[in-house]
Amino acid sequence: MKHLEIKNLRFTYDQQTDVVKNVSFLVKKGSYTSIIGHNGSGKSTIAKLIIGLLEKSDGEIIIDGIPLNEDTVNQIRGKVGIVFQNPDNQFIGSTVRDDIAFGLENHQVPQKDMDDIITHFAKEVGMSEYLENEPTRLSGGQKQRVAIAGVLAMKPDILILDEATSMLDPKGKEEVNSLVDEIHREHNMTIISITHDIEEVVKSDYVFVMNEGEFVMQGEPKDVLLHAKTLIDIDLDVPFTVKMALALKKHGVIIDEPMNMKRMVEQLCQLRLSK
Amino acid sequence: MPIAFKQVSYEYSPGTPFAYGALNGVDVEITEGKVTAIIGATGSGKSTLIQHLNALLLPSKGEVEVLDRTIVAGVKPKQLKSLRQNVGLVFQFPEYQLFEETILKDIIFGPINFGVEPQEAELRSLHALNVVGLDESYAEKSPLDLSGGQKRRVAIAGILAIDPYVLVLDEPTAGLDPQGSKSMMNLFMTMNRKYGKTVLIVTHDMEHVLTYCDEVIVVDKGKVILKSDVRSFFKDESLLVELNICPPKVVDMRRQLQKAGMKLPDDIFDIESLAMAIAKEVNGHE
Repeated sequence: MKHLEIKNLRFTYDQQTDVVKNVSFLVKKGSYTSIIGHNGSGKSTIAKLIIGLLEKSDGEIIIDGIPLNEDTVNQIRGKVGIVFQNPDNQFIGSTVRDDIAFGLENHQVPQKDMDDIITHFAKEVGMSEYLENEPTRLSGGQKQRVAIAGVLAMKPDILILDEATSMLDPKGKEEVNSLVDEIHREHNMTIISITHDIEEVVKSDYVFVMNEGEFVMQGEPKDVLLHAKTLIDIDLDVPFTVKMALALKKHGVIIDEPMNMKRMVEQLCQLRLSK
Repeated sequence: MPIAFKQVSYEYSPGTPFAYGALNGVDVEITEGKVTAIIGATGSGKSTLIQHLNALLLPSKGEVEVLDRTIVAGVKPKQLKSLRQNVGLVFQFPEYQLFEETILKDIIFGPINFGVEPQEAELRSLHALNVVGLDESYAEKSPLDLSGGQKRRVAIAGILAIDPYVLVLDEPTAGLDPQGSKSMMNLFMTMNRKYGKTVLIVTHDMEHVLTYCDEVIVVDKGKVILKSDVRSFFKDESLLVELNICPPKVVDMRRQLQKAGMKLPDDIFDIESLAMAIAKEVNGHE
């Protein structure tokens, strides 16, 4: 089922620089989609266009059959939640509780319901113990989890992550990634992840590769990520396992599943035993 | 000239209810002329440690030897200018610190401040701009018109133009895309190999530690618990497990294969060598 549809989307900055040029794509309900590209490729601009933070120059953005325009922007924002890159730039409240409450207050959720909602989503992101804490005392991963709780409290159907883990340390990345996986699985939430972490892309259902404002490749990760040369040419990276499979190929060892280290190790051991 | 920490402790907000010991008896010597990685969990004291190198923070206890200076706890150091000129410190997200109208003015601010003659300072600044991979046409542009990665390069050029002897960088690749981080790391390699600078890099990226660094210092709960050359460090599996450090992928894969019974040498640290050794095992010949 179509959840998000983008048709011939174009965004021009200062009426001269094309940041997004004629981009079209579909996102299925409950899918995990990655959009990858180097810094400045236009991928974050797409996210800002979808939630109406930037106004498109041309084209259509349709969510649940509703086209995004001035009249529908508030309705659409209720359907789409976004988490940005820098955990310090999106903390509004002076405590975790206030921060999660911010969106609810703006949507005039009655006070009597608010506490339950906050408790529920703080628990969901594993931050129940920290409700009265100040943001300065939280780690980057914890701050992003609070940001996710604030977004989830708005009950969106689509969650956009705009490089949400790129400023985090390995532990923070792991915390946020596993939380997003859980939300995706348990709520059948549609996830759009904008990232340049190529290892994170491996797990998505579908991936769009963006360069100079256009999609240059798209498909399932197992198809897209094997095009090592194309990816490197547009300043992206290739997953380790793919690099390994390519190096092995030069020595006459062919790997069946170059996206999964565990399977690769198993296959290599079988090859060795059957030599 | 040594760089050494001797029993260094540092306490934030001493004598208040918020007092917090960030360093607790650090003892470590940093090898000159090498690229050293400083690793450790968030909050372990890495950033506090490096701020002692140019006396931005002064030890609460112990002493820090940096080049020809010794900073002793409780003694107010004088004439810090030469120390700050010799140790260039680049904070996290230095791009937020750009402030001038043009890129050249921003870069030249440092050398002028340290008393370099304007003409010489300009030459140095243009050279630094070049070293970080931006050509002279950028000199008169506003730093605000640059991308995030370019801004960070300009901020680093500002430090390079001071021509410090030691270069200290706090997570210089955080938030950059893969090629951006790669060229950033290559820049530090150039500073070390070509210009002979001692380079210290705070990082969480074990792939960078393996690929670019000579030595590694592990900080844990305000103490330096280990200093080692990078390869011996990644060879010691039980140590990595104990420190809760995910090894670089190539090391991880070699280990998994070894555990599954494949005979591979322990000193493999790159994809090509690993592929060759695997092929030998699988094909039974070279």
